Amino acid sequence: MKRIISSGRTFMAMLREIFDEAAYARFLDRAGMASSSEAYAAFRREFEEAKVRRPKCC
Amino acid sequence: MNKTLGILGWGAVALLGAVAVAVIAVRRGEPINALWLVAAAACCYALGYRFYSKFIAVKILALDGLRATPAERLENGRDFLVTNKWVVFGHHFAAIAGPGPLVGPVLAAQFGYLPGTMWVLAGAVFAGCVQDFVILLFSVRRDGKSLTEMAKDEIGRVGGFVAYAAVISILIILLGVVALIVVNALKSSPWATFTIAMTIPIALLMGVYLRRIRPGKVLEVSALGFVLVLAAIWGGQYVSQNVELARWFTFSAPMLAILIMVYGFAASAVPVWLLLAPRDYLSTFVKLGTIALLAVGIVALHPTLHMPALTRFVDGTGPVFAGKIFPFAFITIACGAISGFHALISSGTTPKLIARETQTRMVGYGAMMCESAVAVMAIIAACVMQPGVYFAINSPAGVVGEAPATVAATISSWGFPVTAADMQALAHAVGEQTLFNRTGGAPAFAVGMAHIFSHSLGGETLMALWYHFAIMFEALFILTILDAGTRVARFMVQDALGHVYKPLGRTSWYPSILATSALIVASWGYFLWQGVKDPLGGINSLWPLFGISNQLLATVALCVATTIIIKMHRAKYAAVTLVPLAWLVAVTFTASWHKMFDPNPRVGFLSQAQALAAGPATSATARLIFNNRLDAAVTGILVVMVTLVLVESGRQWLGILQGTREARIKESPFVRTQLAEEQG
Repeated sequence: MKRIISSGRTFMAMLREIFDEAAYARFLDRAGMASSSEAYAAFRREFEEAKVRRPKCC
Repeated sequence: MNKTLGILGWGAVALLGAVAVAVIAVRRGEPINALWLVAAAACCYALGYRFYSKFIAVKILALDGLRATPAERLENGRDFLVTNKWVVFGHHFAAIAGPGPLVGPVLAAQFGYLPGTMWVLAGAVFAGCVQDFVILLFSVRRDGKSLTEMAKDEIGRVGGFVAYAAVISILIILLGVVALIVVNALKSSPWATFTIAMTIPIALLMGVYLRRIRPGKVLEVSALGFVLVLAAIWGGQYVSQNVELARWFTFSAPMLAILIMVYGFAASAVPVWLLLAPRDYLSTFVKLGTIALLAVGIVALHPTLHMPALTRFVDGTGPVFAGKIFPFAFITIACGAISGFHALISSGTTPKLIARETQTRMVGYGAMMCESAVAVMAIIAACVMQPGVYFAINSPAGVVGEAPATVAATISSWGFPVTAADMQALAHAVGEQTLFNRTGGAPAFAVGMAHIFSHSLGGETLMALWYHFAIMFEALFILTILDAGTRVARFMVQDALGHVYKPLGRTSWYPSILATSALIVASWGYFLWQGVKDPLGGINSLWPLFGISNQLLATVALCVATTIIIKMHRAKYAAVTLVPLAWLVAVTFTASWHKMFDPNPRVGFLSQAQALAAGPATSATARLIFNNRLDAAVTGILVVMVTLVLVESGRQWLGILQGTREARIKESPFVRTQLAEEQG
């Protein structure tokens, strides 16, 4: 049972990383902000440049 | 006891793999079950991972779990970040998985299921997975440096320049080809066009939700967006059935090409994250979900393959694309076996997330195995169709004609029976007006996928929905590649131009953004336009060009890898990268030669230009001749550039082996990890 719960947690962590939720959480942590419309806009501004430089494969 | 069990267990895996491969290779004249391909793939991957990747990890790379990675040493909470190995694995796989492993195998199925399957399995285990693994590890040991930086450091300035030029070329050719695939999938299809058009308001809605209602809840909003997209697919049938509405969403190929170019320019030049970021998430959500669904569907339904193991078209006369099985099967299937583009991901984001060196094996080698498994699924999707149907969908009008009766008669005369009535019934079942001449691979893949699913979930009545789901899935994530790729290429060009005139390098300076975006879109737009206007369907000339450029980038990556291995004093094991390198050189140089100089006008660019010049002149003749000469020139330039890297690398290897050159590798110094044991 423990293993299933742990696998489920890892799977969710993987999805949160792929979908940038984890990056947003780290941003809030680093900036000492609470989640809000403004915080998300600030995150997108900071994150966008780095993200668009990443190649996507064929 | 454990050792004995291990030997018995792995012996059983090897035996099953051998039997499965033998069945695939030896059976002739009768359909086989797709499970044989699944079994062969699973066993080959298991054996390759357990033994070959371990051999590379231990004997050549000497992975060191105690050495701190850049994610630990340079952690900044943004780019560099110690991350759980499974999370990195998922992230890496999501980045490398694109339309390539779906489209390439579908096109190569014209040779039969055998060549594609064998190349995908052997290519992945011995070349593609190895390339991704070693490049990832070498980048980790160099603070996450990119392939172009490593090429410059380890091979020399020529290596760095060629890697840079190859990346730009591949991006441009790739974007032109994938845009052509979307055009061919959407042309004259109001249902498909409506579904894709609806992703724009859906993405905007997602953007507002993300920004205003639940900031940062991407998974939640992606699930919501997915439900809305399903509703759009459902609604599309009513649009296609209504004459007035259908007219609004019915576009010719040239008009779609123009719309896609406008979209690419806007996506690159205008800050529209409210649209693009949610679409990107939606595309990833659909992509991962569909791949998982397809894998489950194939295993659960284990369909029968109707395509023969080998078709008569191994001789080079195939209608989908011209050229003999060697070398064209091996450049048509790139990403499912080995893809130079993966080396960019392996030396991009991923090395900055790896917590321990030992994890590079699972992430680099393992994720490529999954990519290869996607290619096997695509082969199955293409080969479950009756061969006559497959060829009717994938053959361009320039080869088989346009009138349904003519197409059916031509394809039937090749020994693959199909009737115009069969095709009409199939088109009706999937909600299309026609399925003839739908080149590009996407429609054929969609029909195959719909065929597999409709036999279990919903039956024939849902076939049209499955087909349009598959088209939407392919078009959506190709469009996200178009906008992301255009911006990546724009940044690369801006970086380079910044050395000439500083303001051009500023990514926030609008004249530079507009000029470089226009340059990139015009470049790939030219290839797209060329493909749309090509009487042979465009795929015949552009997909090989893409395959050649992608495999040439893999050649550069393997040159870098071999150079580093020799510098590490592991020359006796250099065959691990040298053999795939030699194979790729043989394949790509032969293919390039054929594409440039083959006397058959369907294969050689120059002979086609010559044939056009000798034939009756039309308003398009001069343009077609120029296009063929341009394609020949692009191929030639790529080959010359890679030859320079090979020569430069060869000089390095000989110098080191003869002791006339110092074997100086540019790794970051060893620092002992401070991470707790459990993070390994």
